[in-house]
Amino acid sequence: MAGASPIVLAEDLTRHYRVARKEETLLGTLRHFFRRQYHTIRAVEGVSFRIHPGEVVGFLGPNGAGKTTTLKMLTGLVHPTRGRALVAGHVPQRREKAFLKKITLVMGNKQQLIWDLPAMDSFRLNAAIYEVPEGEFRKRVLELSEMLGILDKLHQPVRKLSLGERMKAELLAALLHRPEVLFLDEPTLGLDVNAQVAVREFIREYNRRYGATVLLTSHYMADIAALCPRVLVIHQGRLLYDGALEGLLDRFAPYREVGLTLKRPLPREAFLPFGEVRELEGRELRLLVPRERLTERVAEILKRLPVEDLEVRDPPLEEVIARVFKSPMEAL
Amino acid sequence: MRKAKTLLAVYLAYMLEYRAELFLWALAGLLPLILLGVWTEAARGGGFPLSSGEFARYFLMVFLVRQATVVWVVWEFERDVVEGRLSFRLLRPLDPFLDHLAAHVAERLARLPFVVLLTLLFFYLFPEARFTPEPGPFLLGLLLTLLAFLLRYTMQYTTAMLTFWTERATSVEEVFFLLYLFLSGTIAPLEVFPEPLRELALLTPFPYLVYLPAALLAGQRVDLFPGLWIMLLWGVAFLLLARLLFWLGLKRYSGQGA
Repeated sequence: MAGASPIVLAEDLTRHYRVARKEETLLGTLRHFFRRQYHTIRAVEGVSFRIHPGEVVGFLGPNGAGKTTTLKMLTGLVHPTRGRALVAGHVPQRREKAFLKKITLVMGNKQQLIWDLPAMDSFRLNAAIYEVPEGEFRKRVLELSEMLGILDKLHQPVRKLSLGERMKAELLAALLHRPEVLFLDEPTLGLDVNAQVAVREFIREYNRRYGATVLLTSHYMADIAALCPRVLVIHQGRLLYDGALEGLLDRFAPYREVGLTLKRPLPREAFLPFGEVRELEGRELRLLVPRERLTERVAEILKRLPVEDLEVRDPPLEEVIARVFKSPMEAL
Repeated sequence: MRKAKTLLAVYLAYMLEYRAELFLWALAGLLPLILLGVWTEAARGGGFPLSSGEFARYFLMVFLVRQATVVWVVWEFERDVVEGRLSFRLLRPLDPFLDHLAAHVAERLARLPFVVLLTLLFFYLFPEARFTPEPGPFLLGLLLTLLAFLLRYTMQYTTAMLTFWTERATSVEEVFFLLYLFLSGTIAPLEVFPEPLRELALLTPFPYLVYLPAALLAGQRVDLFPGLWIMLLWGVAFLLLARLLFWLGLKRYSGQGA
């Protein structure tokens, strides 16, 4: 895999924005009217990575970290200030037809389907624009709508569909031209758990069936954990981590979680010598214990506390990520 | 070809969802018919280069030409940029210029029945406007109406490109609209303009958007040249400018709101 040429290449990818700054007072407003002051926002700063064909990569970062700007540079919507990108052999911002036919971008908070018409009309439009032959178009719609379980929804106006059904129809519209590279920006945003799982399963199946490359951002760790063996972590515009999901835990969470059920409840102070108390409810508690002292602490706990049951596990991914993003850049 | 056919079919379906609005829009274009009443009345007193019947025919044709050349791309484009929908259009292997153009053509087809209805009503109210056109100039007038639509579309698309810089390109369009209203012949045929103003107006693109096609359709004697050349020249100039601004705009585009 490492020897094959990457399908997505980002080298020192950088994007700065110049934004007008205005003070909120009346004077500030007047000043803003006559002489604008600008400052530069470094949305993405020197990001480099490679993704190989068929990989599913998770893109993590808090709001405003630069995830979406990076996706926009990789899809050619936004021109980089510095650095270069190469996707499926094309320079994205040239927006060549051959390039646009090889990629797709799905944004969970935006829709491309025509609101007042049945989804089928939007599909037909996309098929014509992407020059998908009629027979192939019918075959793909049938296949994808079966995979997504929306076969009976295609002839209803989009505005009558539920959020989950709409997202599935969006995915179908975005995949009709069978792109090689999928950029998915929060595809499960706002969906209920069932719909989230369905979309997730679909992405997995699509990748397996067609060998498509996927770069996915999501706020739901369950999406990332289920789909992405590899993650990129971006924070304040800079790439912080590129590697396996487990490695992320090792690097940013030098803790294990010890779950305890006691024979009788004890006050919080009783646990302080053993680790950081994350949660305490009646006889149940969760303790964070430094990895290197785990054995020693567990032995102590078993010796000194009235333990009924004990379990050692990795802390939840959400907590690890939250910890990473709360720390200042220099500390990481 | 299939691409164009599907684009038209889907956008036509979309426009037909808004039948009631289309009817109201067509009604909103009735200004020439109001002006017609004013001018035919004034012409009865004499002293104008056109008779009252000629005025009636001219304003009927102004109404039809304007119905055939309605353009709203600047509003659509501005909304696309502000709401971040432009990103979706840019991701498709279809130039937004052609995409919007297809929607305009589809709307024209959806609007047609209302326009025919209003024209019949008009003939009923103003019998002096009834006439049998000569086929030659009439066909030429139709061709010029098509060119007028393309010119108006290209001009407004150029203004729409300013959205990359101001996000309020519609304000610029409103200024243009004032010039359009006076210089295009919508309010008065160019025959009644004072000579220097008329000559000046004929150098701008505006008379070619309404006056020239409407006068030809109404069977008035008009010189086709050099007007047609000026029209084509403006068309090419705006097209080139629109392409340049689109190219420069994309470099600035931040895909905001998406």
